[in-house]
Amino acid sequence: MSALTYGYAVWAPIVWIIAMVVIGIMVFIWRNRGQKSYKQGTAQTDVFLSGNKVPPEEQRHVKAANIYWGFFESLKGLYDAMMKPHTGIVNDYIIWFVAVLAVTILILVLASL
Amino acid sequence: MDSLIYHSPALIVALPLVAAFAIPLISRAGYRVRSTFSLVILGLVTFLVAVLAVDVHTVGIRVYTFGATAAELALPGGYMVPVRIMFQVDGMSIFMGIIITTVTLAALIYSIHFMKDQTGQARFYSLMMLLYAGMMGLAFTGDMFNLFVFLEIASIAGAGLAAYRTNMADALEGGFKYIVVSAISALMVLFAIGILYSQYNVLSIAALANYMQYTTLDMIALGLLGGAFVMKLAGVPLHMWAPDTYTVAPAGTTPMILAASYTSMYALYRITFTLYGAHIDSTAIGWIVIVVGVLSMFVGVMMAVHQTDIKRMMAYHAISQGGYMLLGVGVGLAVLANPVALASYGRDAINGGVFHIINHVFYKALLFMTAEAIFFRIGTRDTNKMGGLARNMKWTAVFYIIGALAISGIPPLNGFASKLLIYETVLQFNPVLAVIAMFVSLVTLASFAKVFYSAFTGPEMPAYREVREVPKSMIIGMAILAACVIFFGIFPGLIVDNLVAPATEALINQAPYINAVMGAVP
Repeated sequence: MSALTYGYAVWAPIVWIIAMVVIGIMVFIWRNRGQKSYKQGTAQTDVFLSGNKVPPEEQRHVKAANIYWGFFESLKGLYDAMMKPHTGIVNDYIIWFVAVLAVTILILVLASL
Repeated sequence: MDSLIYHSPALIVALPLVAAFAIPLISRAGYRVRSTFSLVILGLVTFLVAVLAVDVHTVGIRVYTFGATAAELALPGGYMVPVRIMFQVDGMSIFMGIIITTVTLAALIYSIHFMKDQTGQARFYSLMMLLYAGMMGLAFTGDMFNLFVFLEIASIAGAGLAAYRTNMADALEGGFKYIVVSAISALMVLFAIGILYSQYNVLSIAALANYMQYTTLDMIALGLLGGAFVMKLAGVPLHMWAPDTYTVAPAGTTPMILAASYTSMYALYRITFTLYGAHIDSTAIGWIVIVVGVLSMFVGVMMAVHQTDIKRMMAYHAISQGGYMLLGVGVGLAVLANPVALASYGRDAINGGVFHIINHVFYKALLFMTAEAIFFRIGTRDTNKMGGLARNMKWTAVFYIIGALAISGIPPLNGFASKLLIYETVLQFNPVLAVIAMFVSLVTLASFAKVFYSAFTGPEMPAYREVREVPKSMIIGMAILAACVIFFGIFPGLIVDNLVAPATEALINQAPYINAVMGAVP
């Protein structure tokens, strides 16, 4: 009832969950055997920025616009091309619609020849 | 009880339709009476949908002819063709009915507190009921003209809901764009119906399918219908209205407008598989669907990861996920004429595409609700202005994580099960397409991780120190959808065997649909 059988394979979520629980328990046990001298609230947990002054907590939060900056910068050409048709003008949307209708009908008619 | 089951196809559409016009009157009795009335009507309709689903599952296609001496009498004595308005409910129709009803129920419960202090609530609830009736009518209708009528009802109600927050300029813009693209699409649908009617003199889908010749005019009609429904389901490159509209619709209505888009996807499948069926060049049309699907997946996700407006980001993801559905069904369609490939992976590809509709509607509805919950509390959708919200909005954060993991295809949630079906079957059809599908999932995860990091984690922002969790009704609305996401993820076999496979069978095998009306031997 739970497993999904398709083609030549099976996906059994309950077996997967049991496996994850077992792995989780093993990780938890392994973690508890780690360093015991760690103390919260001491210099051990302070942020270290190569000796520079660390800004207050509120200012350290990375804003959404800065996340994946390198990804967007390296794909600038692709993004410029993708943004161009997104004009926000409804007339343009209809022009696209008419063009797609024309191409689709042409393909359907040509495919039947 | 038997009478209820007998008339359930009509009642499921009629009850919310009557309720939509009764709500402005009932609203005079107050907020509580209106909310209770709406919930009772939807509860009753949910019960009827469940009963009808069981009936369709056990008995088969249900035909309901309006005005006939017996509702199942599609062809009265002496008639060669059906002339009355009729509903035809098969595995695919009831599959859509279950999706629409579950999302509407969750949306209604979610909206009760969200709308409490808003003006114009009577119109809001009326439009919700009207949208529901329009979507259900579209899923159940057995004739082309009423397909157009219900498409129009759903479009007008959807535009009204999108533009509901008239104090926001972008809401009016979103609503306006939705009604323009919907009206133009509906015009093309009407034009196509005119072409078909002029040739065959019938409007019943089953009768049209029976007489279909696939002439050049039929091809033009198919192109018009296909283009119109791709526009309505926001497939690339006809997707541009969707972010503008989904972003501005209030509370639970974004999931409903999303469900309306997938009702158009249902109409596209109904036209392609049932109306044109064996006559079409399925390989050519399958590839058109695949190309639209791959474009939607790629452009949708790349645009989504770039957004900083949380709802706009989710709207682009809706476009991207729609691409998966088209890809799965497109692969099945491309091998429809090849029995070996269809049995080997084509049927499972369609199963994957259809299964992804229900999975996506549930987790995306959940995600839209979490975005609205944030907007409800902090008054902005800009993720640049967010941070540390998980400290005070724990339930919203948990629901967001469930939705984000599901849409990214992380096991054991529902998105994984349908994506796995799509990956494996598409891999056998064309490995390049499977690689693109997996890449899109990866970027989806990155995109939702970005929003989770910027909105929910990090230090407590001074401006949001007093922010509280959303009211209980909103949490219940989200919890219903989260429960569906988890349940469908853990029991995918149950869902595929009982809901998805009958829907796929209804698409692939057009004979039972035609014979239910035309009376031929199956």
